[in-house]
Amino acid sequence: MNVPTLLQRFPQMGWKDRSAPVRAPGGITGLELPRGAITEVCGPASSGRTSLMLRALAEATSRQEICALADTNDSFDPASAAATGLDLDRLLWVRCGGNLDHALKVVDLLVHAGGFGLLAFDLAGVRQEIARRIPLAAWFRFRRAIEPTPSILLLVEQQPNARTCASLILETGKQQQHWSGHLLHGATASVSARKPVGAIHTRFDTRAVG
Amino acid sequence: MYACIYPLSGRPGWLNDFSPLVEFTAPDTVLLDAHGIGTLFGSPENFAAAIHARAQSEGLAVNVALAGNPDTALAAARGFSGITIVPPGAEARSLAPLPLCHLGAPPEIIGILHRWGLKTFGDLTALPIKGVAERFGLEGVRLWKLARGESRRPLVPPHEAPTFSESLDLDYPLTLLEPLAFLLARLLNELCARLESHGLAANEIRLRLALANGAEHVRTIRLPHPMLNSRTFLKLLQLDLENEPPAAPIVKLTLATTPVDPRVVQNGLFLPAVPQPEKLELTLARIAQLVGRENVGAAELIDTHRPGAFRMKHFGLWPDRPAAHTGQPHLALRVYRPPLQARVRSRDGQPVQIEAPGIQGRIVSLAGPWRTSGDWWRSDAWSHDEWDLALAGGTLYRLSRDRSTGAWFITGNYD
Repeated sequence: MNVPTLLQRFPQMGWKDRSAPVRAPGGITGLELPRGAITEVCGPASSGRTSLMLRALAEATSRQEICALADTNDSFDPASAAATGLDLDRLLWVRCGGNLDHALKVVDLLVHAGGFGLLAFDLAGVRQEIARRIPLAAWFRFRRAIEPTPSILLLVEQQPNARTCASLILETGKQQQHWSGHLLHGATASVSARKPVGAIHTRFDTRAVG
Repeated sequence: MYACIYPLSGRPGWLNDFSPLVEFTAPDTVLLDAHGIGTLFGSPENFAAAIHARAQSEGLAVNVALAGNPDTALAAARGFSGITIVPPGAEARSLAPLPLCHLGAPPEIIGILHRWGLKTFGDLTALPIKGVAERFGLEGVRLWKLARGESRRPLVPPHEAPTFSESLDLDYPLTLLEPLAFLLARLLNELCARLESHGLAANEIRLRLALANGAEHVRTIRLPHPMLNSRTFLKLLQLDLENEPPAAPIVKLTLATTPVDPRVVQNGLFLPAVPQPEKLELTLARIAQLVGRENVGAAELIDTHRPGAFRMKHFGLWPDRPAAHTGQPHLALRVYRPPLQARVRSRDGQPVQIEAPGIQGRIVSLAGPWRTSGDWWRSDAWSHDEWDLALAGGTLYRLSRDRSTGAWFITGNYD
């Protein structure tokens, strides 16, 4: 049953078309993140997920937005973030010490507090079998809370967890590492959209710190 | 009418028995508003005599003067002994014999007047006012009118600084936080109403709880921005007390705030929205309750060569600086806190294979060792050799060897 038919049959339900979300630059060329929606960045370790998250946070703080990071496994490195250009004064960092329940409650509080330009939820260090246990209701709750706001909720993880609740699912592929003799110069990561399929396909270079 | 008492030091409480409006003009001079004294004291003479008698009963020898304006009463009290009544309309004549030193003029003007041969108020008032104005300007006119007893001004009562503190003695000791919240809400409402009536806000709340065991439980909540919302203050205090409850029943509570000017913000039309300060403080307090106060805030890099050194600071004070330029993305490091202890197989001093919880593999690329050490004069000195390495699967790690113990650690993963 399509939307016009539903509208005709159930006018009291208040069906309305959802307008296209406003998008904000995501920190790398060709990537824009939808506001008022959930974006998932997934991929294996060393695929550039965290670099992409830091880049998006740096981009948001450069727009003078206030950001927050719910760091489930306490793995955020302020030095890497500062080197990427992230304004640490504008980033609320919550270290959850490996407690996923606490991390979910923190995200819930942050989403409902409002006023944050970008909320990052780092689940990359959480084992997939544990991340899968997050109830779908939690993702629906986050999506519902963030919908009327201009905030971006960015999840960083190994595999997509929010799935239907996410408006954009990005997948980072295996990085191409740049070694020069016995020196690590950096890496090139590829980013492609898994949802909507093929909407984004881009690459970005990262430089080794120091 | 106005009464002046001279000399009278301090601020004796009995002055309010004579008048509700008192001005402490100088450390040794007091002016009283004597309007409407007729029904209480009868004539002005009776009023002056009553004041004089009261001062004498306190062991004070004072002059009391009554006049139609404060400055005339003041000059008369300073210039004439005992009780002086200056009748209305006779001010100039009454003050005429007083020496110029009682005029309260600047020394340079008094010096000039003396050089002119003027000694008394009467000498000064004998001069034409136009000439005085030409020579001394407005100040000269003011002094001329003062000498004639024509100055008019209201009394300035002492301004007592308002106190923003509330205290409550309890009839019985409180053991639960919920009833305490009701009492706190009452005190906070009163405090916030008082702050609001003075056009102020608070950036600090201090709660002092006297406990049944004689100890005191003191909590201080500092706010990054001045606020004036009793509900926010109450919630912050509740969360704080839930985190750090008092050790014994409460018998008395005292609540005080530090008054400051309210925050005035003019946001730009095109600036992005930021969290509301009240809501942000509550959110931070709730998060701190979950994960601990030390795990919430903004990271601040420490100026040291120690790898990964940072400290946490309170979040909420971001500078209003222009947008920073973001450069090229850097390879982000995901730090393992604490570092993972590893078993490493080496060949010619270089690691070739590593094994740690959840990590195992042959090293295919390696950079290092990079030697880092410092703070050798302190107990937490460090001395490490570090490698960047890639395993066969393509995962990048940072490996570290403690040079003092020889132990291997995986400190992070490049992502």
